[in-house]
Amino acid sequence: MAAPMQRWVGRGRHWTFARVDGGSCHRREAPTGSTSNRIRGRSSVAQQPLYTTQKPRKGEHKWAAVVGLEIHAQISSNSKLFSGSQVRFSAPPNSLVSFFDASLPGTLPVLNRRCVEAAVMTGLALNCHINKKSLFDRKHYFYADLPAGYQITQQRLPIAVNGSLTYGVCAGKKQSQVIPKTVRIKQIQLEQDSGKSLHDDLRSQTLIDLNRAGVGLLEVVLEPDLSCGEEAATAVRELQLILQALGTSQANMAEGQLRVDANISVHHPGEPLGVRTEVKNLNSIRFLAKAIDYEIQRQINELENGGEILNETRSFHYQLGCTMSMRDKEGKQDYRFMPEPNLPPLVLYDATSLPAGADPQQVINIDQIRETLPELPSVTRERLVQQYGMLLEHSFTLLNEVGLLEFFQNVIKETRAEPKKVTSWVLNTFLGYLKQQNLAVSESPVTPSALAELLDLLDSRTISSAAAKQVFEELWKREGKTPGQIVSEKQLELMEDRGALEQLCHSMMEAHPQVVMDLKKGNPRVINKLIGLVRKATQNRADPAMIKEILEKKLSS
Amino acid sequence: MLKGSVTIKDGCGHVPSLATGDLFFLLAWLLWWQAGHEDHAGPDPPRKVSAALKQGQITPTELCQKCLSLIKKTKFLNAYITVSEEVALKQAEESEKRYKNGQSLGDLDGIPVAVKDNFSTSGIETTCASNMLKGYIPPYNATVVQKLLDQGALLMGKTNLDEFAMGSGSTDGIFGPVKNPWSYSKQYREKRKQNPHNKNEDSDWLITGGSSGGSAAAVSAFTCYAALGSDTGGSTRNPAAHCGLVGFKPSYGLVSRHGLIPLVNSMDVPGILTRCVDDAAVVLGALAGPDPKDSTTVHDPINKPFMLPSLADVSKLCIGIPKEYLIPELSSEVRSLWSKAADLFESEGAKVLEVSLPHTSYSIVCYHVLCTTEVASNMARFDGLQYGHRCDINVSTEAMYAATRREGFNDVVRGRILSGNFFLLKENYENYFVKAQKVRRLIANDFVNAFNSGVDVLLTPTTLSEAVPYLEFIKEDNRTRSAQDDIFTQAVNMAGLPAVSIPVALSNQGLPIGLQFIGRAFCDQQLLTVAKWFEKQVQFPVIQLQELMDDCSAVLENEKSASVSLKQ
Repeated sequence: MAAPMQRWVGRGRHWTFARVDGGSCHRREAPTGSTSNRIRGRSSVAQQPLYTTQKPRKGEHKWAAVVGLEIHAQISSNSKLFSGSQVRFSAPPNSLVSFFDASLPGTLPVLNRRCVEAAVMTGLALNCHINKKSLFDRKHYFYADLPAGYQITQQRLPIAVNGSLTYGVCAGKKQSQVIPKTVRIKQIQLEQDSGKSLHDDLRSQTLIDLNRAGVGLLEVVLEPDLSCGEEAATAVRELQLILQALGTSQANMAEGQLRVDANISVHHPGEPLGVRTEVKNLNSIRFLAKAIDYEIQRQINELENGGEILNETRSFHYQLGCTMSMRDKEGKQDYRFMPEPNLPPLVLYDATSLPAGADPQQVINIDQIRETLPELPSVTRERLVQQYGMLLEHSFTLLNEVGLLEFFQNVIKETRAEPKKVTSWVLNTFLGYLKQQNLAVSESPVTPSALAELLDLLDSRTISSAAAKQVFEELWKREGKTPGQIVSEKQLELMEDRGALEQLCHSMMEAHPQVVMDLKKGNPRVINKLIGLVRKATQNRADPAMIKEILEKKLSS
Repeated sequence: MLKGSVTIKDGCGHVPSLATGDLFFLLAWLLWWQAGHEDHAGPDPPRKVSAALKQGQITPTELCQKCLSLIKKTKFLNAYITVSEEVALKQAEESEKRYKNGQSLGDLDGIPVAVKDNFSTSGIETTCASNMLKGYIPPYNATVVQKLLDQGALLMGKTNLDEFAMGSGSTDGIFGPVKNPWSYSKQYREKRKQNPHNKNEDSDWLITGGSSGGSAAAVSAFTCYAALGSDTGGSTRNPAAHCGLVGFKPSYGLVSRHGLIPLVNSMDVPGILTRCVDDAAVVLGALAGPDPKDSTTVHDPINKPFMLPSLADVSKLCIGIPKEYLIPELSSEVRSLWSKAADLFESEGAKVLEVSLPHTSYSIVCYHVLCTTEVASNMARFDGLQYGHRCDINVSTEAMYAATRREGFNDVVRGRILSGNFFLLKENYENYFVKAQKVRRLIANDFVNAFNSGVDVLLTPTTLSEAVPYLEFIKEDNRTRSAQDDIFTQAVNMAGLPAVSIPVALSNQGLPIGLQFIGRAFCDQQLLTVAKWFEKQVQFPVIQLQELMDDCSAVLENEKSASVSLKQ
């Protein structure tokens, strides 16, 4: 190459607008223009929450929000979509760049089979129709991290269309009820990722890293069936789980493997849809929900105050918690789409259309891919409910936390305790501790085996559940002791000696004659005070039920 | 009967004077050849070079040096942009070792070749005759270049062209126009002398045609045995016709485009320029075949190597004459040669049919739309960031892009980018691009229908007339010229068919005229077989590059001696 890849680029003012402050350098282009069919009716499945302004004026009706998402998922593959260079996060800048990725003249795209399989797999998992023939197109725009001056995408005929994604939204008094909702999937298309631009404001430079240029992306376009931030967030979370279950994308938002743009508009129900804005730079699920809700409210306020909504691209500022216009001076871009002449149509086969004697290396068989589909999250949840009798919302929680399901299953494998007990311990105690200290499951100080042993001790009535909590707290300290060791060191075994317990109850009654008097006068609730005192005296080692029984016996005699 | 009438022998008695002293060396080389032959073999014409190498009559290094010296002496033709002398000599040395060890790689081992400067060559500057790529040294070889090297061919250099192959004269590159070697031929000079209107000989040199004019001039002036051109709308066949060479455009998908800096991806094909059909077949044999780096190459097995049988009998052949190709602009000389060629086939027993390609008249407009749209897209990568030219302006990225591209591209390229982008605009896409694609399909179907009617090969003119003087040529702009000059050739590119231009005879002015044969898709071998038969019948004369050739005219009038076939 005549020049090193990493060179400065004089930058114009408007580049600033495309930036997330500081280091984040991702930028996505505006939608293809065909992404959401605004005329089509909304799905009957999605229920619209209605918004009101803070002070609804007389005769005013409510607002409904319409949200559509475009989700870019980086395909988990060894090499890029059209070149042999490796795909790896955080490699040294420009170390994973082939001649094609740098758009050296004369280089040609060669489609990566793995990426096609990932797209088919994802399409099948999202109930899509897989197009037996799909086409590639060039989408043109000038940008420093797009070396060819165009992105190869699938504008006219994408690989998968007309699917659906079912997700669960929490509802009910304590948000504990899960209501299933469905969002339609317009299409899934294969396309190239761009490189990254790193702007150095101080020196007025832009540094280009092409490691990401040409990595395969699945663009999943959702129909505008969503109506609020939370719906969008849960739908994206579900998609993330599906992609991870399939292994087609690591879908880690922090590493940019999953990126979401939201198209948002508001209108009065029954009236035509409002002008939409597009919000970009949503790099976490939490910000996605926040940004959408902010933007909905902003649009309502704007309209209520007699303003108008501009069809514009806005960026979410996560520190300020608001969306801001990216003020694209160029106005609407014309991407001058054109068929990619260097790639023949992508033809897929199924069992019925597979030509006889076809080289399996040269063809992709949809039916064969269907057979290899792993268990999808919705099925996993159903299985958990069936197998362990847990509530549906518990199964959601188990799947939503990264690694939690695996942890749960490992505990189940090793313990004799009831699945319900395990569920409760994992979801309440274990997850509670993690949340409190902001830890991931993988960072937990308590291993599945330790929790399993602890639950065994509880199950065999060796310790009380209060003592079990104590043991768990000890385990959390990472002192390398097993639950058994902790129990014996701290003498937390349940008091099995009835005589000794009777003795203790007796002396406790003698020490608190007033309480005994109250009891005898007909106030049965004060017995709890005695029970508590006895438990305390046994350091939680006694079974409260047994204490109560002894006390009642003694009082009635 | 045609044989007698088309083969124009130089009957002129007097000897033309030399235009420049350089030409002496052309002769010197030919004499050397002659001498080499006399040393070893007796009174026969010089042996074909491949055989000579095999028999050790000449070493690859000697051959390479002779070609290098000819390149230097014909520098004024401006055929080469870069002469890769060191590379060639090193390759020659290696080839020589192989011959000594009896491990020759085949017919191309040790054979000097040239490559158009729009094919990527590892470590050798590749400019496309554009400021944009001046100084650009690709880090990889185009597949076709690699295949030639793998066969032991010697890369003499990179040849001149119109900027990014956009043109039909080889006049519009930053390195200046290519001069047609025939401008200096005895055949042409003598004819001109007879015409009292002709004065100012030196400025009256002729264009080569294009855009592969450098490759054509290089082969025509004996500086190499074969050259790669590229053919998008006729860029190989057109200069071949003007320079008295065989210019072959293979079927689209038969030869890899990887490393060919694209003009129009859906029409570009690497082209082959040689002095005879057999040589073209040898080169095609080396180049053809699927390439994992080019997804548009076909996997279906094709007969290899491309050995061409000598057709003894054409009575089973059916030759189609497309009536739409008979247009008023066609010169009477070309028209008459075309009809004589048809007569020849008929007289030798072939069936000759008039066929119709009804959409022919829409072809050039359609080509223009499709060509410019792909150009607009393909040229988008030249933004001054990764490689090539970059301007000094750095107030903003956009300003840098704009200035870089303004400085880097000539008017022709910029004009095509502009119109291409216009055709791709959302509001124009249906009206221009989509319509043009539909017309393209109709044009391709025209050919299919013609072939389905039983025609084996179509016979057409390659160009409207013989080569014109540069000063005449530049009276019209590039676009007008391209529209005129590609008229008979571009439809073939839109249909992806194989086609070859075969030199037929010299015009009244003493300049070569070529005719085009068009074959069925992937019937390249059949096409070349017919072309070979035709070539043998017409006995096209060897270019006589200076007066001293008279000394060996007996030898040079024999086509075999100068076509220096690679084959035995």
